[in-house]
Amino acid sequence: MTAIAASMAPATPRLALGRTGTAIALLLPIAVINAIGFILPVLNLLRMSFNEALAGGGVREAFTLANWTGLFGDTFYVELIVNSITVSLGITLATLVVSYPIALYLHRSSGRWRTFLTVLVISPLLTSAVVRTYGWIALLAEQGPIVSTIAAMGFSPPRLMFNTTGVIIGLTEILMPYMILSLLAGFGRLDPRVEEAAMTLGAPPAKTFWRVILPLTLPGIALGCLLCFVLAVSSFITPKLLGGGRVFLLATEIYDQAIVTLNWPLAATLSMLVLIIFGAALGAYARVLRAID
Amino acid sequence: METNETSVPMKVLVAFLFLFLLAPVILVVPISFSGEQILSFPPESWSLRWYAALADNPKMISAFWTSLILGAVVTIISLAVAIPAAYVIVRMRTLGSAFLYNLFTAPLLLPTIVLGLAILIVFASIGFLGTFTGLIIGHLVITLPYALRVLATTLGNLNLACEEAASTLGGRPLTVFRRVTLPMMAPGIVAATALCFLVSFDEVVITLFLTGPRLTTLPVELFHHVESRADPLVASVSVLLILLTLAVVMIVDRTVGLSKTFVK
Repeated sequence: MTAIAASMAPATPRLALGRTGTAIALLLPIAVINAIGFILPVLNLLRMSFNEALAGGGVREAFTLANWTGLFGDTFYVELIVNSITVSLGITLATLVVSYPIALYLHRSSGRWRTFLTVLVISPLLTSAVVRTYGWIALLAEQGPIVSTIAAMGFSPPRLMFNTTGVIIGLTEILMPYMILSLLAGFGRLDPRVEEAAMTLGAPPAKTFWRVILPLTLPGIALGCLLCFVLAVSSFITPKLLGGGRVFLLATEIYDQAIVTLNWPLAATLSMLVLIIFGAALGAYARVLRAID
Repeated sequence: METNETSVPMKVLVAFLFLFLLAPVILVVPISFSGEQILSFPPESWSLRWYAALADNPKMISAFWTSLILGAVVTIISLAVAIPAAYVIVRMRTLGSAFLYNLFTAPLLLPTIVLGLAILIVFASIGFLGTFTGLIIGHLVITLPYALRVLATTLGNLNLACEEAASTLGGRPLTVFRRVTLPMMAPGIVAATALCFLVSFDEVVITLFLTGPRLTTLPVELFHHVESRADPLVASVSVLLILLTLAVVMIVDRTVGLSKTFVK
């Protein structure tokens, strides 16, 4: 954003309407849409979290902390919140582990091969999350290829769908492109000559990785983890479909409260909680960055 | 690169991880040709019955048309609104340009589940739920930030010399904009068009909150279909969707280059 501000050139137009008048007229449409579709709804959502929910979907204007205190007094919701955070952390870690080798390989490749692989990494992003989740339903189903292969090997067939395991597998894959692109963006400091130097000086590959490569790529890791954690905490489609209504996470609960139970104050409170978790994640990211430098 | 030769185990690992990444997308292609009644992989028989079933499914077809028209309308409005806004923010440098840029791109920072709920509550009170107008505004909230970002970057990277020359030679501001600035922005406009259309066409979460029983988009219809039953119908729709996305991406690639558009 500062780059945009810095690239702004000194203005030249001379307009009859007057500079300010023209500027306001040209900005008006985007400002109106931003106001009705973003500012107003978000402020209203914050206000809604302090309203009182009535039975049967009604809302009474009030200023109560009941939704907030009720959330932390109810073991179901405390468990839901803790579960959402731990599952998202698990997904973030899993995504990092499966994305890191691809990012490292991409960073070291060059030319057409690199372009081709980059397109492969981006292409899932252009495919709907519903479609990709559907693909996972086919793969993880009870008679699906993965479960039957495990069964054919003589193990007891595991349940991989309609539970937390399925949600973790699906979301890990869905978030991979974001992690790979973030890692690549942060790999700038990784100069192949540094690795060579470490190897030449006699460091074994594992030691080169832990002492040279990993520390140099920490900024990319931090960025990718922030992005994936935030996306995991707020993801809805995959937990809803792969969880089959049996996995309760923050985003699915917001939807159920808003659409099924019609308890808007509670849904609004849960939404605000998601934003608070976002803020905390950003704060943690800033601290990690400062520690790295 | 002669040094740092990637070892064989590393290559195998990377190939395996790529397979993991692409498996669900690749899988829908064979499933769409399944001859089975229910979703199974690998299918025991092959047929085109699920493409025929799709042609006989008026709900899916009408949802497809809704999505297509919605995407087109949203894209046109996005460009018409974002081009002037980008121009003011980058070129006219009014008071608080950076603030306005951040404000107008801020919707992208919010998770769609929160944004969708927020819009639902406000739209419910003004009667926008289940209406085409409601869907248009809901989609604009997320397409405009993308359009503004791409267009502002394009404008910021343009060389000012041509525009200055045109206005020194007596071109009126509007003429200079129309004849010089706009043509030079063409690659950015193509990118913004593709991005807005794909974002609108693919949007599920916000749309889920805004659609009604009589008006629904294709991704929402797919979502409800997968939620209620698992049959290969979704696979045949998915294949067609992937082909459509591929077509859009190839048009962008031919005109401006893919890496400029999607890799930042």
